[in-house]
Amino acid sequence: MKATRRHFLKTIAAATMGAGALLAAKPGPVKVTHFRPKAKRLIYLFMAGGPSQMETFDYKPGMRDRFDQDLPDSIRMGQRITNMTARQSRLPIAPPFAEFRQYGQSGAWVSDLLPHTAQMIDELAVVKTMRTDAINHDPAKTLMCTGSQLPGQASLGAWLSYALDSGNPNLPDFVVLNTSKWTANVSTQALFARLWGSGFLPTRYQGVTFQSNGDPVLYLSNPSGVSRQTRRAMLNLTGALNRRHFEEIGDPEIQTTISQQEMAYRMQASVPELADMANEPASVKRLYGSDVEIPGTFAFNCLLARRMAERNVRCVQLFHRGWDQHSNLPVRMRGQCRDVDQACHALITDLKQRGLLDDTVVVWGGEFGRTIYSQGKLTRTNFGRDHHPRCFSMWLAGGGVKPGIVHGETDDFSYNTVHDPVHVRDLNATILHLLGFDHERLTFPYKGLDARLTGVEHAHVVRDILV
Amino acid sequence: MTLARFIITVFCLAAAGVLQAIDFRNDIRPLLSDKCFACHGPGGKPKAGLRLDSFSSATDGSRRGGPAIVPGDPDKSPFIQRITAADEGDRMPPPESHKKLNNREKALLRAWIASGAEYQTHWSLLPITDPTAPQADHKEWNNHPIDRFVWRALSRQTKVPSQEADRRTLIRRLAFDLTGLPPSLAEIRRFLADKRPDAYERLVDDLLSSQHFGEHMARYWLDLVRYGDTHGLHADDYREMYAYRDWVIRAFNRNQPFDEFTVEQIAGDLLPTPTTQQLVASGFNRLHLSNSAGSALAEELYVNNVVDRVNAIGTVYLGLTVGCAQCHDHKYDPISQREYYQLFAFFNNLDGLSHTERKKSPPPFLGFPSEEQSERVADLKRKINAAGKDKLKRESLSKKLAALELAIPTTLIMREREQMRPAFIYRRGLYDQPGEQVERRTPAALPPMDQGLPTNRLGFAKWLVDPGHPLTARVAVNRFWQQFFGVGLVKTSEDFGSQGEVPSHPELLDHLAHRFVANGWDVKELIKYIVTSRAYRQTSFASVAAHQADPENRWLSRGPRFRLDAEMLRDQALALSGLLDRSMYGRSVKPPQPAGLWQSVALKVSNTRVYVPDKGAATRRRSVYTFWKRSIPHPAMTIFDAPTREVCIARRERTNTPLQALVLMNEPQFFQAARELARQALDRQAPDNDGLRHAWEKVTGRPPDSSELELLESGLDEFRQQFTATASVNLGGEKLTAEHAAWTMLMNSLLNLDMVKAKQ
Repeated sequence: MKATRRHFLKTIAAATMGAGALLAAKPGPVKVTHFRPKAKRLIYLFMAGGPSQMETFDYKPGMRDRFDQDLPDSIRMGQRITNMTARQSRLPIAPPFAEFRQYGQSGAWVSDLLPHTAQMIDELAVVKTMRTDAINHDPAKTLMCTGSQLPGQASLGAWLSYALDSGNPNLPDFVVLNTSKWTANVSTQALFARLWGSGFLPTRYQGVTFQSNGDPVLYLSNPSGVSRQTRRAMLNLTGALNRRHFEEIGDPEIQTTISQQEMAYRMQASVPELADMANEPASVKRLYGSDVEIPGTFAFNCLLARRMAERNVRCVQLFHRGWDQHSNLPVRMRGQCRDVDQACHALITDLKQRGLLDDTVVVWGGEFGRTIYSQGKLTRTNFGRDHHPRCFSMWLAGGGVKPGIVHGETDDFSYNTVHDPVHVRDLNATILHLLGFDHERLTFPYKGLDARLTGVEHAHVVRDILV
Repeated sequence: MTLARFIITVFCLAAAGVLQAIDFRNDIRPLLSDKCFACHGPGGKPKAGLRLDSFSSATDGSRRGGPAIVPGDPDKSPFIQRITAADEGDRMPPPESHKKLNNREKALLRAWIASGAEYQTHWSLLPITDPTAPQADHKEWNNHPIDRFVWRALSRQTKVPSQEADRRTLIRRLAFDLTGLPPSLAEIRRFLADKRPDAYERLVDDLLSSQHFGEHMARYWLDLVRYGDTHGLHADDYREMYAYRDWVIRAFNRNQPFDEFTVEQIAGDLLPTPTTQQLVASGFNRLHLSNSAGSALAEELYVNNVVDRVNAIGTVYLGLTVGCAQCHDHKYDPISQREYYQLFAFFNNLDGLSHTERKKSPPPFLGFPSEEQSERVADLKRKINAAGKDKLKRESLSKKLAALELAIPTTLIMREREQMRPAFIYRRGLYDQPGEQVERRTPAALPPMDQGLPTNRLGFAKWLVDPGHPLTARVAVNRFWQQFFGVGLVKTSEDFGSQGEVPSHPELLDHLAHRFVANGWDVKELIKYIVTSRAYRQTSFASVAAHQADPENRWLSRGPRFRLDAEMLRDQALALSGLLDRSMYGRSVKPPQPAGLWQSVALKVSNTRVYVPDKGAATRRRSVYTFWKRSIPHPAMTIFDAPTREVCIARRERTNTPLQALVLMNEPQFFQAARELARQALDRQAPDNDGLRHAWEKVTGRPPDSSELELLESGLDEFRQQFTATASVNLGGEKLTAEHAAWTMLMNSLLNLDMVKAKQ
């Protein structure tokens, strides 16, 4: 009798799983790209806090002779500055402390703080003329990630997971990896779930954060003592009862519940498999550096991102914090760069070796740049830099991105753009373009508007950095 | 479009509408708004000088290029020529708008012009009417006015309503809808045994008078007004306003009329000799996100906060996206940028700095010190004075005072400054681009403020709840309706403007709104009126085809069925297992959550950087008391679509995801509930099938049928097999007997059933 009962249950469970597989395809309303995409997925390396452009990619040798001179009014042109330096009696120029050299066929200038990045400069399109509207971290990050300074909008990753067909039915489409260890462990700005939130889009499109401690995905593991087999038995029972109830009440939502429970079960296997790096060859790990062994480091997360790209996760966003150097910049900046430099290089190299770089876009950068003038006391060896929204540097690489170019030029003080400004909106329009979407047509009705990532103001795709 | 096709289309329209006149409000205005108003609407400088939002402008012969619309003569109307132009360069809407009119829509517009191109004011701005409920030719559906409206709409759709649900279904539905908690077995039995004809009404009354009613109602309100326990910006520090949350709970429990409820929140501080509770209510104006960044600009923050306050009024009371007019005239609704800043002027006078200096309660605030605390404060102040120039002693005493003051409960309130801050139109909405100065005034498209009312927030609040106001009551009743049926009569419950959806049952909406006002804005009465309707009491059992034909059940041919909200799911598990601590009010509590979540995002100096869970009963309170950190609320809440409370949310999403399945399967409190339920089942020492019967009934509210029971029995066998190897097993951190473990998995299965996570 018992055997028969179990058999009965298993038969029902099998039928249930069949229905689950059918329903597993994401009911996304867009799915079809507007045109042939150049890339299938995005890895966004967000340097939270605002890295100094003068110490990374925007070489300003002329500043060396202007130590402690006042920023000319003709350059500042009365533009607003933050409260932190608005009350300073002077805005003295702090010449960049890092040495620069030219690299690669493009001969682009790269700071000595990024020796590994310099080695792959011919893979990158460096944009020196990024600009944003916000001058403080919270609104600037929100603008960068969601296209608006005010909370409530959908993030880039949410838009992509809404727009693209699911890349892997066993994994989330949009994963967020927060670095839990970084060098400059002071004045680290906060992150907010809204940066990867779905805003007005259905919440299923929000980013799923992977934790560096405990379960990578919240509540993934069964309670202690509950084996995978026991969980299977539990889902067989729940599934059979749900299925029976569906036949009675007719609500298709019950079938969705069944399929989502089955997907949860599959994730219980696929996520640990994804996060388990034991089988990564030593040669690969060497590429990322020794940090790769420590969960929560940027290097660890970069390798994880590559593994996600391999499994076709559509969007992976890494947040590395600690780039907000209002003081003690020379020391802290060196450490911050060391945190990410080798891993960035490894990620690009690793993706390329596996043929994944051709259809993966990689983006690197923060929410704004920093001022040429010093915040606080200026000496030859020590100073700070305040927030600067008018120009900052980012880079892109991978599918559809023109490699080995530098886009845009700033003035001698890295204060204003001389030509080719790229607004945050333009960057987002360009990213969507690479993934096959016209930013004006990728819309969602919300509060009476056809809301879009790039908002209501004009945005353009930066064609110059595309292949 | 060829003539033949046009004739066919109009013929079809005529056939479908039974030659009904084209309805401007339902058919035409939404089209004009969505496809044309962005360039030819009420906002800003219309393209080619053409506005299509009013009869006079659309037919204006003095415009260069003549009238766009010639009433009665579509062929002579350039409007029709342009929307049907073969050449893409001439055709409207233009390609860059990414808007298109299909043939049906073109035919509608043509027919509308042919019939005289009559314009009507947007429906939600017209006075609320008192329509007579039609007769229903079905006895059961002719008793309650709501049903008569619903019946007529169903008849027009050639749909039929469903049977009445059984009593077990009804008590579970009602208990969740009125208290957010499942009924106990005893309550179910009592209701089943109550043979009085008004048993159902009595049950409704009982539930409405439960203290849990207020907790449940408050939860929706707190989403709407974006209540949180942190500032939400920058450091996202602790911000203390739980007294406001408690005020809302009490207001619903004592059934405070909705007009008073509104006035006290918007302007409690301006009432003559306001009570403490009225001051607490005025904290409504302070619920916006706030910042304490050292780098933030004071003026920018001040202006942002006023904008946030005004936009909240738009969503909460007006159901209008007034925020659109912050930067330019509203493109769809009649709110100019000037009018926006005239509204802004009402809320632009907070007597407090925008710089919060990282305080839990930036002034103005109310403190609630205990007697002892008051004495100690006075004592410390005396000692500080007495310390004179002894710097060390003064510092040490001041530190003590600061710590003491931090411990004194506070809540943010509203207060006017003596000298009124001037308000300006900010060009493009930019705080540093003030233009012309403006005075306080309500928008011209709405009825004017009574001359006798003061020109301040109090006058504004009273204007909102004037019986003649077209929006306040409609917006409010629609949201209450949405709570019970899952979707509002106006689906876009946050937007009653041109771009919002038109109501599915316009007359029913007006009937409810009119009655609500006439009954003195009596919330409990309104709710009782809704839940005693036959429409509400229908069974939600229907065919798959019926679900597919009307997935959101807009026509109400069946009873409501949808997933419970995050808080209800957690509260249900706690309540069913007897773990729920039912104490009310007070500081927000911290149930367990995975370690490290706050640190993963927090500012280093934030005072909400490390999550320290509470212990004991405090972890098992109702979820309305759970601490809400706005940068990262409790994951078991957000995974089930609870908002972050950074912005006003009038309706939550309702998704169904694998992460939700993981919470219900593995989250420690849900699993603890399963263990507790299992323990209780074993304590009964009944034979298996009786124990299973009882467990099922407890969790689902009804007894199992034979096939369910068979599945349960075989499931339990299976679980026993899993645990036979050992005498005891550590299950989720507790050592259990194998039998207890097997039953725990059975209960875990039941708590994951779709019928348990749904109200049906």
